[in-house]
Amino acid sequence: MSPTSTAPRESEMISEPTSPESPHLAAPAAPIPPAPAAPAAATRPEEGWPIDPALDPRMGETILEIERLSLWYGAKQALHEIWMRIPKRQITAYIGPSGCGKSTLLRCINRLNDLIDEVRVEGRIRFEGSDIFDPRTDVNSLRKRIGMVFQKSNPFPKSIYENVAYGCRIHGIERKRELDEIVERSLRGAALWDEVKDRLDESALGMSGGQQQRLCIARAIAVEPEVILLDEPCSALDPIATAKIEELMVDLKERYTLVIVTHNMQQASRVSDYTAFMYLGEMVEYAPTQDLFLNPRKKQTEDYITGRFG
Amino acid sequence: MSSIQKPSRDRLGDSLTALCGGALALNLLLILALLGLLLANGGGYFWQKPLEELTLADGRVLLGEIHDRKPVAARAGETVAPEAQRIQLKVGNRDLDGIDFLWLDESEIVSRSRPLDTVVLERLEWGNFYGRMVELRRGSELLAAGPEEVWKAFGPLHEEKLREREAIRKLEKGPIGDVNHAIERLRLERRKVALARLPAAAEEARLAGLEAAEREREAEYEALAERLFSLRAALDAEVVLLEAADGRRKELPVGAVVRALRPNTFGFLDKLALNASRLGEFVFDDPRESNTEGGIFPAIFGTVMMVFLMSFAVVPFGVLAALYLREYAKQGPLVRAVRIAVNNLAGVPSIVFGVFGLGFFVYLVGGSIDRLFYPEALPTPTFGTGGILWGALTLALLTVPVVIVATEEGLAAVPRIVREGSLALGATKFETTFKVVLPAAAPGILTGMILAMARAAGEVAPLMIVGMVKLAPALPVDGNFPFVHLERKFMHLGFHIYDVGFQSPNVDATKPLVFATALLLIAVVTTMNLVAIAIRNHLRRKYAGSAV
Repeated sequence: MSPTSTAPRESEMISEPTSPESPHLAAPAAPIPPAPAAPAAATRPEEGWPIDPALDPRMGETILEIERLSLWYGAKQALHEIWMRIPKRQITAYIGPSGCGKSTLLRCINRLNDLIDEVRVEGRIRFEGSDIFDPRTDVNSLRKRIGMVFQKSNPFPKSIYENVAYGCRIHGIERKRELDEIVERSLRGAALWDEVKDRLDESALGMSGGQQQRLCIARAIAVEPEVILLDEPCSALDPIATAKIEELMVDLKERYTLVIVTHNMQQASRVSDYTAFMYLGEMVEYAPTQDLFLNPRKKQTEDYITGRFG
Repeated sequence: MSSIQKPSRDRLGDSLTALCGGALALNLLLILALLGLLLANGGGYFWQKPLEELTLADGRVLLGEIHDRKPVAARAGETVAPEAQRIQLKVGNRDLDGIDFLWLDESEIVSRSRPLDTVVLERLEWGNFYGRMVELRRGSELLAAGPEEVWKAFGPLHEEKLREREAIRKLEKGPIGDVNHAIERLRLERRKVALARLPAAAEEARLAGLEAAEREREAEYEALAERLFSLRAALDAEVVLLEAADGRRKELPVGAVVRALRPNTFGFLDKLALNASRLGEFVFDDPRESNTEGGIFPAIFGTVMMVFLMSFAVVPFGVLAALYLREYAKQGPLVRAVRIAVNNLAGVPSIVFGVFGLGFFVYLVGGSIDRLFYPEALPTPTFGTGGILWGALTLALLTVPVVIVATEEGLAAVPRIVREGSLALGATKFETTFKVVLPAAAPGILTGMILAMARAAGEVAPLMIVGMVKLAPALPVDGNFPFVHLERKFMHLGFHIYDVGFQSPNVDATKPLVFATALLLIAVVTTMNLVAIAIRNHLRRKYAGSAV
């Protein structure tokens, strides 16, 4: 499937009544050169992009700007021209039914999709102003600055201490004192220190599921990233462990920008500041969480959050 | 319609389960039977049986241990009493009769007794002597006479002789060996100078220096040889006069006796102690009498060292190859073909690897090493002939598919999400592979190593042409620089079994030895495997819950 073939659906989507923000649309679109195959003028969705410091005074500074991002797995298009701005030191949630592309979008942000053969990306993601798909981008330092926590906890088969210290060692910190400090700070940051401080040398695989997931968070924050991507971090956890992680996320946004994919709409409404609803690879609606849940502007969003489909 | 009774297909399932269990039980039974056979036949090798003195109908008197017993087979036209038996008697005294064993019908025996004054002498040469002690002499001086007196005097004297023999052995292996080694090096040094084509004056000067050193060494050797000579003379000074059961007499230097016993006076504990002492000799001593007596220490040492060398070669290569195949190579028809080829390599008959090892390692690599680094020793080859290094490398080729397959499986079992976790922290693919994936696959790699070691320890055929010998003059590790001699030939338990069991002139005597050696080979392999398994389990515990 070529990008052009998606155009009809795209235009269908934007054939909704024009939103009052439309006068602002032209400004952010300007720096994007039109992709040769795509009908550039027609792909100006008002959802997502309009959340702009100029329009939404609550939003503040943005750290990531996703600009007309499309992605194909081989011939299958998984993301259709996504536009969105992710605010700094806030929690942004992606919701949507399974297979809607929210994890794919998340994995674009730290270029983890590079590992999969036959993935093709168009559009760009600006991280602090520079394009992460630029060939000059060092993907390893990008991933150091954009950490990730996965759906299934994936501690390394090493001790708890080594799990947290791993990233620092990779990035050249070898002094024992410094590492000790970082490990303690990160485990405290992940609200895990008190539970594991006496068994740092034991295998991380002997911990409970919730502890393992918090260890993965500690591991992610040990390298001092600016953004943490969380891919359904609580889907395998019981409610108590989930509550702990949610609490932790709210604490973490003091220092980090969090982007979370979740299936759980209550979770999104509890923890996130902004929520994006995705469906079939499209960004249907992106708004401050309260607005999206209380006054969804799209019928699809309303159907989804009220449980009528998906 | 539905019934809660077991459907018939469930009964089929039950019987299939029973069949599987039965197959497993049969396998275990066969292994136990094998071990039992080895234990029963090999264990008896060290156990001292009583000495029986038999008087036959024709007046002959025989002394020996009853070794075996069989029913008499009836010849055509003869009737044999069903309980009639033939016994195999180990009569020893090979120097007198030329045979160790003889068969006789039990019906020929007129009387039998177990006289207390009979002795078994295990000797350095000619095997055991069975008989009585008559006299003990030093030169023409009579030290003791009569069985009891001689036995009393023999014990302390024999201990002294054992110490003397140990001193001789030390002298031979130590200073004399060193001097010989030094003289050989000087000779090679001289040839090297000759080959170097130095200016005449320089050559002359160096040769003169070497010759002086050589003369010095030769003088040293003379002195040592003299000391050795006198020690040997002292060792042979005392002789014991022995009398066989039939009255023939034989003189034997006390120093040539390994062990003297009066088995008919032994209680159970004495026999147990003797058993332990013989087991110790078997495991820790050098072989005697073309491997049919004494110990098999050099074979154990050679086997273990060869397997270790092989592991050092095969594990890094196998692991690196598997890493490339699994982690780096683009999966496609070529990689699939390589993988199939690797698997097929495991099915190539081992003798083919032996021939390859001979042609490639020994002649090509070894020959080149000789020409480049040891030209002074030519035409005597140094590395250009079979040796423990070439044996180990040949077996490494033989076992590398096992390591590759096991490592690949270990790597495949490391979940993708763990690799992504490392990459998401900013680690490169190389760092991820070596710091996360490889440690997680370590138990799988060790499994491969265990399988490779087990295969290598039991392999004989290829080694026969790349460096394994019946009797190696020296261990591959000794006190002479450079201490580890990888070019030396080595002994191997597997070959020892074949050689002793099927190439020995004295098959009756060596049959139990074959079983004992086989048992020891199994014990050695099991020990090595247990160590590796212990390491693997330790790793697994360390990474508890890991997928491999």
